[in-house]
Amino acid sequence: MNLVNNVLILVVFINFFMLSSSRLVPCIRAVSLQGALLALLPLLTHGFTAHTVVLSCGALALKGIIIPRLLLRTIEQVGIRRELEPIIGYVPTTALGALLTSASFLFANQLPLLPEHVDSLFIPVSLSTLSSGLLLLMTRKKAITQVLGYLVLENGIYIFGILLLEAMPTLVEAGVLLDLLVGIFVMGIVMHQIHRTYSDLGTEQLSALKE
Amino acid sequence: MLLIALIALPLVAAGSALLLSDHRWRSALLPITGALHMGLALFLFIRPEAPLAPLWLDLDPLSTLVLLVTGGLFFACALYALPYLRMRREWGNRLMVAGQLAFLSAVSLAVAARHLGLMWFAVEASTFISAPMIYFFRNPLSLEATWKYLINSAVSVALAMLGILFIAYARLSGEGHTDLHLAHLLEHGTQLDDSWLKAGFAFYTVGFATKMGLAPVHMWKPDAYGEAPGLVGALMSGALAAVAFLALLRGVQIMDVAGQAELARAILVGFGLISIVIGAISMVRQPDIKRLLAYSSVKHMGILVLGVGIGGLAAYGAMLHLVCNAFAKSAAFLLSGNLQRSYGSKQLPDIQGALTHVPASGNLYLISFLALTGTPPFGLFISELLVFIGALQRHYIPAAVILLLSLGVAFVGFLQAVTRATTGQAPDARPAFRDHWLLVLPPALLLLLTLLLGITTPPPIAALLADAAALFEVLP
Repeated sequence: MNLVNNVLILVVFINFFMLSSSRLVPCIRAVSLQGALLALLPLLTHGFTAHTVVLSCGALALKGIIIPRLLLRTIEQVGIRRELEPIIGYVPTTALGALLTSASFLFANQLPLLPEHVDSLFIPVSLSTLSSGLLLLMTRKKAITQVLGYLVLENGIYIFGILLLEAMPTLVEAGVLLDLLVGIFVMGIVMHQIHRTYSDLGTEQLSALKE
Repeated sequence: MLLIALIALPLVAAGSALLLSDHRWRSALLPITGALHMGLALFLFIRPEAPLAPLWLDLDPLSTLVLLVTGGLFFACALYALPYLRMRREWGNRLMVAGQLAFLSAVSLAVAARHLGLMWFAVEASTFISAPMIYFFRNPLSLEATWKYLINSAVSVALAMLGILFIAYARLSGEGHTDLHLAHLLEHGTQLDDSWLKAGFAFYTVGFATKMGLAPVHMWKPDAYGEAPGLVGALMSGALAAVAFLALLRGVQIMDVAGQAELARAILVGFGLISIVIGAISMVRQPDIKRLLAYSSVKHMGILVLGVGIGGLAAYGAMLHLVCNAFAKSAAFLLSGNLQRSYGSKQLPDIQGALTHVPASGNLYLISFLALTGTPPFGLFISELLVFIGALQRHYIPAAVILLLSLGVAFVGFLQAVTRATTGQAPDARPAFRDHWLLVLPPALLLLLTLLLGITTPPPIAALLADAAALFEVLP
């Protein structure tokens, strides 16, 4: 349990790194590292079974390698390095992230946990990662950072899913990962179009549609 | 077996669309697959088969209903797509045809799925498949709409997944082991842990309510429906919204058996009333004919959840409303597409005198307005009336009053738009696109169906509607 908790704490550190950083390449690398860490969790908690191996390999391949590569290639082609004007500054977002993380711990304590989950950090870390992802999504203007936020949010849900391995058969789990890949792929295509149309990845230009 | 064919057939057709190189043959795949799919759905309705894996895929009355609606709708849209894609040849049809077929497959899977994880997978897949179709026109506005739709739906459906996992935990907590088969969840509903279930239902509802486009989480809807081609708007407002509704109702079913029916009902009624009011108000003075329809859709989705929330006669009304709204709304989207093409604009000041400019589309547009605003004898009149009477029967007096007032406001808002669009001086220039019989026939057929359902509900259909509504009857 201790090792698992340490991994989970690293996941939270990565959330904070992403909330406080303006540079995109390190952020993508951080998401990739987070994905790789998540790939460890099924094996560490449930041991080696066909189901956990598939889940781990899938997470490592998609979240750790393929998706970060797709994103790195996108920013290379688009030629941007930094998120320039977040809607809320980096220090306030980090502070908000800290608040949300403590709220996640409080919330998780309110829910009736099974005895075997009381000492584990799975549920609070899952909720805190989810809210960090939402925070990234809402406070950043660049399309690419919003995609990163979505990935972090998905990672949060993945963490929760590991607790409920038996509820999600391998095939469904594979489908969920496939959806994620297709989603990021489609977002990548749309990002290319945004860049071709506005020669930038800022979503602030995307504000013509309103009443 | 047939059920699996229903899901696999469009997927295979989508694959072939990607491989085929001939523009015409690719387009032809749409109505062929659509006809087969609709035929299979009808056959399964008339002669239900024993499913191969009932824990995974099966049809209950509600899913049969949604499947029939989706099948009919898709076929009508596929006929419309033939001349449409020929006219828009310069945009290419590979992605559009493959996308629509894959969309049909995903939607059918979502409808038939009896495992919440599997259902979630299919709904999420249909989201990502439909996004590129919104961007068909490849202009900055549709790009913006696509991006907003993508991010919004991706996040909301992710939240729904969290809700599903919470429900799984509720079962783990209550029973010591868990899975997400709907049959098991309904069977052992009483043993679900309350706190986890309620928290899960909150996430689940927010997720699928966003997907369905209920106010106040509807913001993507006017943008996406406004900028997508009428064809895509028709499919999304009819099929995708119906599937999101179905997904939402699965959560309600679980809440019902777990003894949380009252909470679930209160949430549905709340979402319903807010959507009805916001949808109706936003329709007033709306200058864009497609955004107008999007807000009308927000209102109609509100009526659906309100009806189920109230239950009894209102729930039956909601099921009828599901069918009628899907048909009428899709017809209106297809016709708005026709108007937009003829005038080169979808803004009201530019659209005038449609009755003389494009007579067939103009007249049908007028009829679709009557159908959508619930004018007798169209089906939506009956369904809205049933929801209203149902609300009175169960003493939801304020809700009934709000419903009636909002329907009035929506009628006036829509009337303003329709009068301006159909009457007045038609432009002198000949329309850029003339009425083509296949661009007019599908919406006409859909409107005819809506009309027939208003005049009489054939006994098998009425039985299906009643069975579907009975799923949400809470036994005391």
